[in-house]
Amino acid sequence: MATVTYRQALRDTLRAEMIRDENVFLMGEEIGLFEGSYKITEGLLKEFGPRRVRDTPIAEEGFVGAAIGAAMLGLRPVVEVMTINFSLLALDQIVNHAAKIYGMFGGQASVPMVIRTPGGGGQQLGATHSQNVELFYSFIPGLKVVAPSTPAEASAMLKAAIRDDDPVLFLENLALYNTKGELPAAVDEVEPGQIGRAAVTRPGTDITLIGYSRMARVAAEVAETLAGEGISAEVVDLRSLRPLDRATIVESVRKTGCAVVAEDDWLTYGIGAEIAATIQEGAFDWLDAPVRRVAMAEVPLPYAKSLESAALPSADSLLTAARETLRATGRLALETAS
Amino acid sequence: MAETTRSAGTAAPARTRRTRGTKPSGPETGGEAAPAPGADVPAGTAPGGPDAETLIGYYRQMLLIRRFEERAARAYTEAKIGGYCHLNLGEEATVVGLMAALRPTDYLFTNYREHGYAIAKGIHPDRVMAELYGRSTGVSKGWGGSMHMFDTEARLLGGYGIVGGQVPLAAGAALAVNYKGGDDVVMCQMGDGTTAIGAFHESLNIAGLWDLPAVFVVINNGLGMGTTVEHSSAEPELYKRGAAYRMESARVDGTDVLAVRDAAVLAVEKARAESRPYLLETMSPRLKGHSVVDPARYRSKEEREALKAADPLARMALDLADRGILSHDDRDALDAEVTAEVDAAAAFADRSPAPDVSTLFDYTYATPVPGELRRMPADPVFSS
Repeated sequence: MATVTYRQALRDTLRAEMIRDENVFLMGEEIGLFEGSYKITEGLLKEFGPRRVRDTPIAEEGFVGAAIGAAMLGLRPVVEVMTINFSLLALDQIVNHAAKIYGMFGGQASVPMVIRTPGGGGQQLGATHSQNVELFYSFIPGLKVVAPSTPAEASAMLKAAIRDDDPVLFLENLALYNTKGELPAAVDEVEPGQIGRAAVTRPGTDITLIGYSRMARVAAEVAETLAGEGISAEVVDLRSLRPLDRATIVESVRKTGCAVVAEDDWLTYGIGAEIAATIQEGAFDWLDAPVRRVAMAEVPLPYAKSLESAALPSADSLLTAARETLRATGRLALETAS
Repeated sequence: MAETTRSAGTAAPARTRRTRGTKPSGPETGGEAAPAPGADVPAGTAPGGPDAETLIGYYRQMLLIRRFEERAARAYTEAKIGGYCHLNLGEEATVVGLMAALRPTDYLFTNYREHGYAIAKGIHPDRVMAELYGRSTGVSKGWGGSMHMFDTEARLLGGYGIVGGQVPLAAGAALAVNYKGGDDVVMCQMGDGTTAIGAFHESLNIAGLWDLPAVFVVINNGLGMGTTVEHSSAEPELYKRGAAYRMESARVDGTDVLAVRDAAVLAVEKARAESRPYLLETMSPRLKGHSVVDPARYRSKEEREALKAADPLARMALDLADRGILSHDDRDALDAEVTAEVDAAAAFADRSPAPDVSTLFDYTYATPVPGELRRMPADPVFSS
């Protein structure tokens, strides 16, 4: 057991997977000489050389597409796209090709690649550098989309993603890189995670809080606060946005009778909308209150700190939504709800 | 194919060498309106050219593609084939010439105009036709159709329906060949319209930068759908773009199977021996519209007349007859044989079963997720 940052967990896991499998190699902007914009690939060029740690031109469509072609011939590229905002330049390659090659050729070629890419606001980066557009990718059959929230999950899910025969979009969040947590084992012995499986990270009986990536951690924080007030909240960390583990969501809500979904992207047509629809389809008769959603304000994210902070979903906004939901069920007395 | 191997080791034929785009004294056509097909590379055969058997072999393949495509057009009007259907009519010499330059282990990526390539790369016409009919015996099991044929054994790594979508993939496949230390070459076919998109530039830049064994072939049929090259490209002599990536390049008459083959052999050897990419442009007018349903009204009467003269099949038949290699009667016999082959392909497609609906979810993921809910549109999702 070792306490590591999310960043360190990613770096150690990449290294372990490269040692384990010669076919695993890295591509991306500034990942080699510069050692990564967020230093995830620090030291890897020195250790593995330019054949396996490949700096690319600033040309997302070209290098993401090249990774797909390399994967079709059996390599396992792990591509770093500097931020998810830039992945939009490669949208055609990801959506029209990576996701569809297995299907449109009748299962004759798979695309075993990983696209690692961070997103998220809170760094005052302005409208084009602060988005969470995972929804675009979660919409597409053929892609797998994972969004781990802790160092242990990051390590397990990255291993699963690299060993998976399908293209996996691996979402990181800038706010998570310096967060710490324990790995369950030495990094080369961490068990690969299960893509398509959510985790109940905290069992509870009064309300279900559902999140992924940064918001799964925020949900855990809110659950702790609620526990101090005598409320037992269950936290579901989705981990995988596609495939989506509908069964775990429905099972939890059937137990607690109410839910709040927390997401770091825009509300309308968002991932929370899909979760709410899933709950409606699978647990309507068990619901004691409407499903609420907490999300980013529906604006291009502003630069000014005051505006940016107000736009992002926080522990406070999730706590408020949880309390309102609990009050609607009668599990929280009216006077204690603020 | 023995002919190809022999040619591969020989010096470049003069007619292709002088069209190198990177040479300062390149073709003299720059700056003017797009030249007629073959303006840079005169047709004809070099002294000591291929033997009669090889020539007849090429002709037969071209004829097979011609009859196959005519049959496909008919089947389309009979509603046996759905969707889009882009034919190789008029591009047979280009298709056969290019494929003759590849080893069986070399890889090929194409765009959506690919039936001829699939056949010339060695896939049985039965399986190509069955794919057009959307049958489970098709080359992509009925999942791809006209635009998305794929065969691992033939190393046809797919036809792609988005203009230029295949170009980055080809660069990546070439990267994988290098990574594994192999000496196969990746050929990437595309149309002239592709040279205007970003992925074309990005991929050729990457291939030039990383010394990838890729041959990029631009089939210049003069039109991106209905828009002429001059109307869509600031530099209509497309092979010249190779200079921007320090890549050797050439333009060749796409109606002359030997000229295409020889130029492609040069390009392929450059890629194989030196691991350097190459840009080859073929001037290959298409005889019909963009797809089966396009009547090509954007073409003038004069253009239509000129196209008849550009028919590579008629030209080659005439040439072979003149040289006493293939008589009229031989040609008719060959035609009957090829037509029977195409008829058999259509019959095979007709009697092949449609893919079973129970297989609808089989090809979403190569690594399936246990317990994943695979919902049919009308299914109830959860039972209480």
